[in-house]
Amino acid sequence: MADAGLAESVLERLEKLDCGVDSQDVASVLSVDHQAIVGAVKSLQSLGELISAEQRSSKHWELTAEGKEIVEQGSHEARVFNAIPTEGLSQTDLMKLPSGKVGFSKAMSNKWIRLDKGHESGPRVFRMVESIEDTVQDKLVQVQKGLTGKLDEKEKNELKKRKLLSEVTVKSYWLTKGPSFSTTVTKQETDLTAEMIASGTWRDKKFKPYNFEALGVPPECGHLHPLMKVRTQFRQIFLEMGFTEMPTNNFIESSFWNFDSLFQPQQHPARDQHDTFFLSDPAVAKDFPMDYLERVKKVHSEGGYGSQGYKYDWKLEEAQKNLLRTHTTAVSARMLYKLAQQGKFTPVKYFSIDRVFRNETLDATHLAEFHQIEGVVADYGLTLGDLMGVLHQFFTKLGLKKWVEVGNSGVFRPEMLLPMGIPEGVSVIAWGLSLERPTMIKYGINNIRELVGHKVNLQMVYDSPICRLDS
Amino acid sequence: MPTVSVKRDLLFQALGKKYTDEEFDELCFEFGLELDEITSEKDIISREQGDVRAAGASDVVLYKIDVPANRYDLLCLEGLVRGLQVFKQKIEAPYYRRVGATDGKPQRFIITQETAVLRPHAVAAVLRNITFTQERYDSFIELQEKLHQNICRKRSLVAIGTHDLDTISGPFTYTAKAPDDICFKPLNQKEESTATELMRLYKNDSHLRHYLHIIEDEPHYPIIYDSNGVVLSMPPIINGDHSKISLKTKNVFIECTATDLTKAKIVLDMMVTMFSEYCAKPFTVEEVEVVCPDGSTCLYPDLAYRKELISGDTINQKVGIKESAESLARLLTRMCLKAEVTGKADEIEVEIPPTRSDVIHACDIMEDAAMAYGFNNIARTKPKTYTIANQLPLNKLSELLRLELAAAGFTEALTFALCSQEDIADKLGKKISDSRAVHISNPKTAEFQVARTTLLPGLLKTLAANRKLPLPLKLFEISDVVLKDDTTDVGARNNRRLCAVFYNKIPGFEVIHGLLDRVMQLLDVKPSRDQGYYIQAASDSIFFPGRCAEIISHGKSVGCLGVLHPDVINRFELTMPCSALDLDIEPFL
Repeated sequence: MADAGLAESVLERLEKLDCGVDSQDVASVLSVDHQAIVGAVKSLQSLGELISAEQRSSKHWELTAEGKEIVEQGSHEARVFNAIPTEGLSQTDLMKLPSGKVGFSKAMSNKWIRLDKGHESGPRVFRMVESIEDTVQDKLVQVQKGLTGKLDEKEKNELKKRKLLSEVTVKSYWLTKGPSFSTTVTKQETDLTAEMIASGTWRDKKFKPYNFEALGVPPECGHLHPLMKVRTQFRQIFLEMGFTEMPTNNFIESSFWNFDSLFQPQQHPARDQHDTFFLSDPAVAKDFPMDYLERVKKVHSEGGYGSQGYKYDWKLEEAQKNLLRTHTTAVSARMLYKLAQQGKFTPVKYFSIDRVFRNETLDATHLAEFHQIEGVVADYGLTLGDLMGVLHQFFTKLGLKKWVEVGNSGVFRPEMLLPMGIPEGVSVIAWGLSLERPTMIKYGINNIRELVGHKVNLQMVYDSPICRLDS
Repeated sequence: MPTVSVKRDLLFQALGKKYTDEEFDELCFEFGLELDEITSEKDIISREQGDVRAAGASDVVLYKIDVPANRYDLLCLEGLVRGLQVFKQKIEAPYYRRVGATDGKPQRFIITQETAVLRPHAVAAVLRNITFTQERYDSFIELQEKLHQNICRKRSLVAIGTHDLDTISGPFTYTAKAPDDICFKPLNQKEESTATELMRLYKNDSHLRHYLHIIEDEPHYPIIYDSNGVVLSMPPIINGDHSKISLKTKNVFIECTATDLTKAKIVLDMMVTMFSEYCAKPFTVEEVEVVCPDGSTCLYPDLAYRKELISGDTINQKVGIKESAESLARLLTRMCLKAEVTGKADEIEVEIPPTRSDVIHACDIMEDAAMAYGFNNIARTKPKTYTIANQLPLNKLSELLRLELAAAGFTEALTFALCSQEDIADKLGKKISDSRAVHISNPKTAEFQVARTTLLPGLLKTLAANRKLPLPLKLFEISDVVLKDDTTDVGARNNRRLCAVFYNKIPGFEVIHGLLDRVMQLLDVKPSRDQGYYIQAASDSIFFPGRCAEIISHGKSVGCLGVLHPDVINRFELTMPCSALDLDIEPFL
């Protein structure tokens, strides 16, 4: 504490009073600057409820430096009057006096003096009256005595205009005794120490209050990436719904699994160089399941399984082309084919969340690679109503129904399933969406580059909240 | 999804009803379309080129409607209106008929052997006694353009040519000739030019230049002549000026040349089914005899109707509804799939018209039934499929490790799987030829040349982009790299790796080493020469000499760690020392 003595003096002063006291009065009684009292009050406040201090402000009139000078030496006009002898004074000499200029015009308008312009020795000033009454000085003396009330508003404003008086606002405190009033001040401890605990001295000590307005020290820790946090939540949702995770750790696919097996014709625009990344090394895939491949070829080029087919010249060379998978549905196709090969069909629910690649034009919401979320259900007798039901459950878990718009859904075509050997009567429903889009919505990010890739600001990663999709 | 733009007032006039925007939007939704935008030519020009340019443009209201990709019958006003009117049961779907020529002698279109290597297929038809207005004419041209962009795959699969039949005389010959031997006055040009000159001329044509590549490098170009040697067209680039159609044209000759006959038939069927509406005998199309190089002949347009039998129960089961066969037949008829119950159990006979080339399987019929029923009217149900969920062990391990690495004070980065050759080779002091990287054949920029073989460059680039943040920077990523591997069908496989970097004023080898020890502790691998892991000195161009160690676990090399080589630090535009850990996590599954 800066001045414990002063604080105790304030307390002693307060003890003698029953009601309360203004800090300004305390200052004048103790003859110290008001600011020092304010400091003492503040430090007393920090000690708990020793005193209670209510801030108030009051206005009063105070003499300016010039006003004080007038109290001591009289008004400028009086000084001019007093300076003029009976034989008069030349105007030039009068103007040389310190109060000359101001005092001359005031004394003139008061008709205390007169100016003889035609005097033989040049313009000369003479007294017009025998004696004067210096009211300005009198009024200022009143103010200095604290008797401002004796002046009316007009008089005060007149003096204010002459810059002899000024109106001052003073902030002060109305002090009263607090619930735990005492006249002694105990030194405060900053914090609890092991020693105090051991010795028990903490019982007698007062502790400095904490500043609960300040932020704490951030913990030293690592952070998870927001997109990965959202991925974790989507994984969780699928697991809660009983979906098994597919092995999507194969970014390189053949056109066969990425397109042909899905009954995507070989002239489809998605298979264009402008949309898909093809590989130059390793350029082609091998070891296709040949009997299945023949069935795929046939359903494309001739039809079958109740389908007209696309009736075009299906080429193995197109199917062999390696590429960076454009969707995880390529993996779903492999999984469904594998399922069909196991002999007896068993219903499955699959999901995956992994990277896919598009050789597209890049913009604020599109990158060449993004994460695709995919869900697949295969069972006998699934209906469109089931697809809509599953989607509804899924999107309800996400908490936002409008997110339906960010995805695609459908029923896999028989031309895809039957050549694989999936039994007739089994329907496969599926849906997909990107992971980036809901993450951008969730975290309020407009440009995908601020979310994904090496250019992201790590501060964003540090600061991103945990992800709860349903809240 | 193609977008069709139609004038609103014209559309409402044809539909015989005015809709509010909301009502029309609703109608579109019910019919499987989407009203994408309400605009005007003026709005479009003003948005793209500014208000000044838009000053004189039309402010007639345009509806832009998204049409499903394979519904070519909805790509023009005529088709849209017909589809909606049938859907609203205002009209019955018309029956499209191929008819013989009035004099009994069909126009003949002869394909010569020369076309075989290039563009071997062609089909043709005649629209007799048609009446064009400006709107109909514009729509006719616009439909060709829409078909060219969609099913014709930018004219590569099919190219359409339309001609004023009264300006030419059959039989027509479709052949191929050397570009210098082809000379004619092309559409809207004043002079005759050779094909070679034309190709040069069109190099700068904003529209046609996109099609030149289809034939550019061929020794011969496809060309169609009439019996007097008048050039009809040089497909797939340009028509001749001589036979161009106008508002006054009464008889239209349509030819489609193609590399895919099925699509050529569909395209011709679309053109004639849509515009035969304006013929003196509506919905009739005059046949053309196409003579193949082997002498065989075919009559076009195809206009084939196909019948499918489907049971009402099957539809109900697949959609999840319980409608009578009669009711389902009515729903299908509203989708231009004329359907009747046969009387045999709940069997429905569905007639697929030539306009519905998208219906190739019973499942397409079921989808239309569902749409006509109204997707929103189908009760949402929970599948009874009972399954136990399993995580992929590799992903489960990755998820658990990610949390622990963050707990150890490292922050997760998310970097791209594709990068430049430089990132994984030159910058790391390695040769690309020594890497097992897979190479992309068609990258648009260097950023997509290869799939990454290591996570390190991505992390170093992340550091470089965040140099302003307080040190130390501690980053990690657990993700896949791609390596060539002959043992897989595609010749490559993913490899899940853990990479971490420590970037500070001091190298911090002990920090990254401590992280390795912590990861091994989490994986329950003890420090031991025989039954656990240890590190041993190694050398690698990535690391500073003497500051690199190989990680051996159970006798196998599983990764490395060390202090980065100053050259590597510089090449990634970093300024501070940096230590790194790179670990294959697959052996720990």
